[in-house]
Amino acid sequence: MSTENTLRQGPDESGFFGRFGGRFVAETLMPLILDLQEEYEKAKHDPEFHAALEVLRKDFVGRETPLYLAERLTEALGGAKIYLKREDLNHTGAHKINNCLGQILLAKRMGKKRIIAETGAGMHGVATATVAARFGLECVIYMGSTDIHRQQPNVQRMKLLGAEVIPVTSGTGTLKDAMNEALRDWVTNVHDTFYIIGTVAGPHPYPALVRDFQAVIGEETRRQIMEKEGRLPDTLVACIGGGSNAMGLFHPFLDDKSVHMIGVEAGGEGLDKRHAASLKGGEPGVLHGNRTFLLQSEDGQIQDAHSISAGLDYPGIGPEHAWLHEIERVEYVSITDQEALEGFKALCKYEGIIPALESSHALAHILKLAPTLPKDHIIVVNLSGRGDKDMTTVTEHLADELAEQ
Amino acid sequence: MTDTRQASRMERRFAALKQENRPALITFITAGDPDYANSLDTLLGLPEAGADVIELGMPFTDPMADGPAIQLANQRALASGQDMLKTLQMVRILREQDQDTPLVLMGYYNPIYRYGVKRFLEEAAEEGVDGLIVVDLPPEHDNELCIPAREAGVHFIRLATPTTDAKRLPGVLNNTSGFLYYVSSTGVTGSAAPTPEKVQQEVEAIRANTDIPIGVGFGIRTPEQAARIGQFADGVVVGSALIDCINKASTPEEGTQGVLSLTRELAAAVRTARK
Ligand SMILES: Cc1ncc(COP(=O)(O)O)c(C=O)c1O
Repeated sequence: MSTENTLRQGPDESGFFGRFGGRFVAETLMPLILDLQEEYEKAKHDPEFHAALEVLRKDFVGRETPLYLAERLTEALGGAKIYLKREDLNHTGAHKINNCLGQILLAKRMGKKRIIAETGAGMHGVATATVAARFGLECVIYMGSTDIHRQQPNVQRMKLLGAEVIPVTSGTGTLKDAMNEALRDWVTNVHDTFYIIGTVAGPHPYPALVRDFQAVIGEETRRQIMEKEGRLPDTLVACIGGGSNAMGLFHPFLDDKSVHMIGVEAGGEGLDKRHAASLKGGEPGVLHGNRTFLLQSEDGQIQDAHSISAGLDYPGIGPEHAWLHEIERVEYVSITDQEALEGFKALCKYEGIIPALESSHALAHILKLAPTLPKDHIIVVNLSGRGDKDMTTVTEHLADELAEQ
Repeated sequence: MTDTRQASRMERRFAALKQENRPALITFITAGDPDYANSLDTLLGLPEAGADVIELGMPFTDPMADGPAIQLANQRALASGQDMLKTLQMVRILREQDQDTPLVLMGYYNPIYRYGVKRFLEEAAEEGVDGLIVVDLPPEHDNELCIPAREAGVHFIRLATPTTDAKRLPGVLNNTSGFLYYVSSTGVTGSAAPTPEKVQQEVEAIRANTDIPIGVGFGIRTPEQAARIGQFADGVVVGSALIDCINKASTPEEGTQGVLSLTRELAAAVRTARK
């Protein structure tokens, strides 16, 4: 692997970032992912594709999203200057729609009639149902039964948008199981179905194409920070489920040596207990079409992840992150459920913004990090989504505090 | 493959069946389902019940290409504590009493990867494993396991599917040995099969390109279906229907009896397939 010139070239032709990635799928799916790769290569060089995407980003999603100076949070922490990239202000409430728009345009180009997706927190499901409605395509969403319970509002949203939501009861009924079921659907309905994967994981070319569609986050951030500060940020921070909002923010900065990057995994109850930190607590393995770090037993059985936030509750991580971890370009840390709740509360209190529990992991790391840094240090945090969907979970955890108010 | 090499157990078996002018009955069970002892009993009973080739599933938490029946089998096996060591041990015990029935380990790549490819192949060859079917290793990843397996003297049996077009077929056939497993339908294990006429057409299209035996699987449940497919296929694979015997049984012993008695019926059927 060549790291001399640029870190932004990957993956190679076989879909590898270093030793991670690849196309570990059943023969039935191979022709489909090769077709997708071919079509994506064409679309990448087609100005009409980009123009269509641009219009939708602007008028349908409401991009660009602001880069917002969190003044009171900065003041309260007394250290680094904190900016929030406001992906929570996107239509449907998270960064997920950036990717869905790109993929639905590919589905249209390929003449597919039926859209399927997996979802954890439901944000990707809602975003997929939204673009399917916008383009008049049939839509089926696979969602773990545990997640259906903890993310009810999103289930109702998907149904209103015309999607069929299929509960998945196998395993722990979370994101990994939903992805298995979506793959089973795809392998059955190979001719008319397009699978919109929601994060930078899965077989090549998904990790690359999802990253490219999310890179709009980092590209805008770069432009905006130059306007506001006249220089690049010192540190970027983003939460990691599969890693799409983080890759989207990081990728345009990978070659800027002065920019430090931190990916925040879900530490659940702590790394010695149940968690979802695949890099910090996992080993390399092969699942869902790619080689990456996985939570697994000595015998290669995948272990159940745990996080307070459904969107981070996944035992793997995108292969590009696994590689960036191995070459030490990006630092990866973990934040527990309890700490994430503190991050959640802090943003409500100081900025009047209710963040998603996923994004609260990134914010919680800021609570630790910012006070240790000088005032001229600039941090950009990806506020990947808004917290409306998390009201049930948060009010359960904070019941006593809320009763006292 | 060099011509001076001795024929493998798998090749000898398919050659003998060709002489008899009948298809092979290839049975699938999951190792450790519903528990080690009963699964071992079932395995040891299969050759006598009439299985010509045995596929033994290596359980995995995330069997993405399997339908509900085999998913449950995987879950039962893992819940009862099955692991790779125990699966290889089952093969060793089978080989103590049977040196003629080819055995293929089937599953997903991660448990093998975690075990260590080199160690896995050494031990598998040593215990008498004849072939491997690994669902999530397409020809694009031949370097991972397929080529090392050949070097270790273990057949790597590839799946061809209805989506394997003329462009992909040579790549799929390349490095495949033992037999080719034709998956008759798109979809997961346990789904319904298309019409025998359609399957026959597709098998014949593949046969024009290769000399190795072609086994057909997915959706074959009854002796009648096995006989029909066996008219033109070199082997018929039955999996979910056998696993369903374990699903339905009220005791593990009843499950073993169910599997073996369906195997006997299927064995009788493949013997009349071309009569
Ligand atoms: C708001 C939000 N942030 C982050 C994530 C995690 O996904 P990723 O790591 O792909 O950005 C999710 C997933 O559902 C989400 O809804």
